[in-house]
Amino acid sequence: MTTATLENAPAGAPAAAPFDARAEGQRLFSDWYAALADAPARGQPVANVFVMGNAVEILRTFDFQLVFPEINSLQTGVRKASEEYIRVSEDYGMSPDVCSYVKADVGLILKEQHHPAGQIPKADIAIASNMCSTFIKWAEIWERMLNTPAFVLDLPGQRGGNWQVRPGDAQHAADARWVEAQFRDLIEKCERITGKRFDMDRLAEVEDRVNRMVYHWNNVMQLNRVCPAPYNAMLDGLTYIGIMNVYRGTTEGVEFMRRLEDEIRGKVARGEGRVAQERFRLLFSGTPCYVSMRRLIELFETWGGVFAYSDYLTFAAGGMDAGELVYDTSRPLESLAEITALAAQRGLSNQFFAHERLAQQVRDYDVDGIVFHGIKSCRFVSSGMADTRDYLNRRLQVPSLYIESDLIDPRYWSDAQIKNRVDAFFESLHQQGGGAPLAPKTVAAEAGRAA
Amino acid sequence: MTAQIPYDHQAELEDVLERCNALRQAPVPSGDALPEGYTGTLGHFPVYFPEEIAHAAGLLPVSVLGGGNKLEMKHADARMGSFVCSICRSTAELGLNGSLQSLSGFITHPICDAAKHLAGIWSRNFPEQLSQILYLPQNVNTPGAVRYVAAEYQRLRAELERKTGRSISDEALRASIRVYNENRRLLRDLYAVRRDEPWKLSCTESYLLTRARTRIPCEEHNALLGRALDAIGQRRQAAQDKPRVVFVGGFCEQPPLEMLETIDGNCYVVDDDLLVGLRWLTSDVPDAGDPVWALAESFVERSAASPVQHDARKTKEGYLMEMISSSRADGAVLTAAKFCEPGLDEQVAWSKHLDQLRVPYLVLEFEEKMTSFEQMGMQVETFAESLLFTLA
Ligand code: SF4
Ligand code: SF4
Repeated sequence: MTTATLENAPAGAPAAAPFDARAEGQRLFSDWYAALADAPARGQPVANVFVMGNAVEILRTFDFQLVFPEINSLQTGVRKASEEYIRVSEDYGMSPDVCSYVKADVGLILKEQHHPAGQIPKADIAIASNMCSTFIKWAEIWERMLNTPAFVLDLPGQRGGNWQVRPGDAQHAADARWVEAQFRDLIEKCERITGKRFDMDRLAEVEDRVNRMVYHWNNVMQLNRVCPAPYNAMLDGLTYIGIMNVYRGTTEGVEFMRRLEDEIRGKVARGEGRVAQERFRLLFSGTPCYVSMRRLIELFETWGGVFAYSDYLTFAAGGMDAGELVYDTSRPLESLAEITALAAQRGLSNQFFAHERLAQQVRDYDVDGIVFHGIKSCRFVSSGMADTRDYLNRRLQVPSLYIESDLIDPRYWSDAQIKNRVDAFFESLHQQGGGAPLAPKTVAAEAGRAA
Repeated sequence: MTAQIPYDHQAELEDVLERCNALRQAPVPSGDALPEGYTGTLGHFPVYFPEEIAHAAGLLPVSVLGGGNKLEMKHADARMGSFVCSICRSTAELGLNGSLQSLSGFITHPICDAAKHLAGIWSRNFPEQLSQILYLPQNVNTPGAVRYVAAEYQRLRAELERKTGRSISDEALRASIRVYNENRRLLRDLYAVRRDEPWKLSCTESYLLTRARTRIPCEEHNALLGRALDAIGQRRQAAQDKPRVVFVGGFCEQPPLEMLETIDGNCYVVDDDLLVGLRWLTSDVPDAGDPVWALAESFVERSAASPVQHDARKTKEGYLMEMISSSRADGAVLTAAKFCEPGLDEQVAWSKHLDQLRVPYLVLEFEEKMTSFEQMGMQVETFAESLLFTLA
């Protein structure tokens, strides 16, 4: 296994200039959208990919311009345009009961790919993993409406509770062999689309950059175990994972993550928390509500509640912080398959056995409670949520709050109702003796020194 | 010498159908009620499950198909969001109310995310059962798919061996394959009657006959189907003036029986995807050579289609059109279970495609807990009349 990357990665070196992660993230996003719009003029091949299980490393090797339809959909929410796109697709016939990301995207297709952030090019190939089954149905929609060929990347996931797969064991080897076979098939398809020969050295280079991003990303995640938490996983964290996805395997991505880590280390050293007086550390489970995310966070932060961790940061960033996920660049393809199979089991499909990792994360991040955000749109995160919550309440006595809205459909946001529930949750946390007012927990000095 | 009792085919068929209907509502057998030779039951969720492997392990494969419209929901409402389809919620209810406590295991599949979550619900609430996802592939087109499926079947085989303490020999597997091959043949015959002489066998009857396999050993089901097919062959019913339609959308959650009866009342349903998982392998599985490989290869190379299986060789529109043309149907009933994301997505795609080809269709949404069918009855009647009018 290559360790050079980790040894060389600078940790804690002061940044040359102040780094504003939010502003830098926005700049990178604007650049990316501009690159999307220009891709056809450049004659660059285009691939649609999802955030969970996407073979980005291979696509980058072939210089594909990447389109993330989930990000396009969430951006319609952030830019307050989602309802219009959703309505267009419902008028077309899409059921109100399906994923609103899919509906916003069908709306986008019906609007000739005009997105509030710019023109979205049509893809030459779409990669859809089975991690969320909706990905496959979504890709089938592109097959029909845009003639985009779909490549379904089948990743064997976690089969049951307490399912422990260790790198190199027989099960992992068998699963990785199947993933590798599919990568080889995909490579052939990419060669046909681009007219280029696959270059193994380039794959190794992309992987090396991913390794470095993941190294910093792991540290960024670990640093939020500190009290007070330097960032809010469900606000600042959303920018971070956006970059983890869109710039995965690029020099810009490495640089962003390196500077982000430096910035956050600085905050930790200074004892700066995301909220002035951190009184409650919380874990957010589920997907954001992009149309009202700032409002939701405000409801928590006014009580001194900060989201120290969210499982969204794990699964929506491809599961790369799930441990031991470092590519061996001396055997790029085999290693890509091995790590992809591991990430599928440890960081993505373990969503279906969420109680196991949540129990661990409650301890890792020393949280006072869990906030579950259930949404009709996303059965991937929501179907087992109420049962998981019940289990954690009963077995581990973890206090929790359950709220419901949607990812991007504003019609499901009920401000007064959610505020009432949030307030009642904090009242009960107080009654249970949690988070004494104005008495932040002491800083765990050693936390954040990632291995 | 006893006098020969004259064979009354109608009484015989009624007898078989009555038994099938009783089986539809029967609890999962356990203890003394287990059929001879079986040490337990293995529950499996739709769509497809390689029952032969459980059968060879001495575990009765039991399809868990939800709770129908008679089940009272007491526990599951608090454990699964209101936005989840009925079959998942009522399956959870059956687990939580103790109806499935005798299962040795419960296996679900990556057909959709709600179904995958059932494995988590099982592992949290019934840790004594073997609760797993059998990761059947969504990519059956890459070379290596058969090898992967075979490995996943071997894994299942080993899990069942551990659970039962009994090894599953290749010979036992081949014997099970032969029993199921016979079943596949009989089910093909049943569907041939529907296609060729639909007045002899309604969709509801055929559904009941097929569904009986979900509670009894395959051998017994074979005998039951044999009796039914003999009796059906002798039925002398005249063809009525009804349009021929195909029914799609019944691949996972089960439409209420009354819904099928409503459609039967107005149309001849000449093909459908009801319980398609029980008919997934479309021809005999080779009963020589490596039996696990044979099952895996059949899954990849000789299988049906559904909205929850991606296969580049079979587009959803393509297999619907193939159903329509091979059964010489005049139109289609496109259904979807409420909150079933894959079904609802397909319904849109199918209707757009049929619009283009000017094939008449009716869109219906159902829920297993539906109890009122009047409005649906009127919709079906209007659809059937318009079809007859166009055909006249
Ligand atoms: S169901 Fe959830 S994970 Fe899947 S595409 Fe929709 S929002 Fe994403
Ligand atoms: S009915 Fe649809 S949503 Fe429900 S389990 Fe079956 S495939 Fe999944």
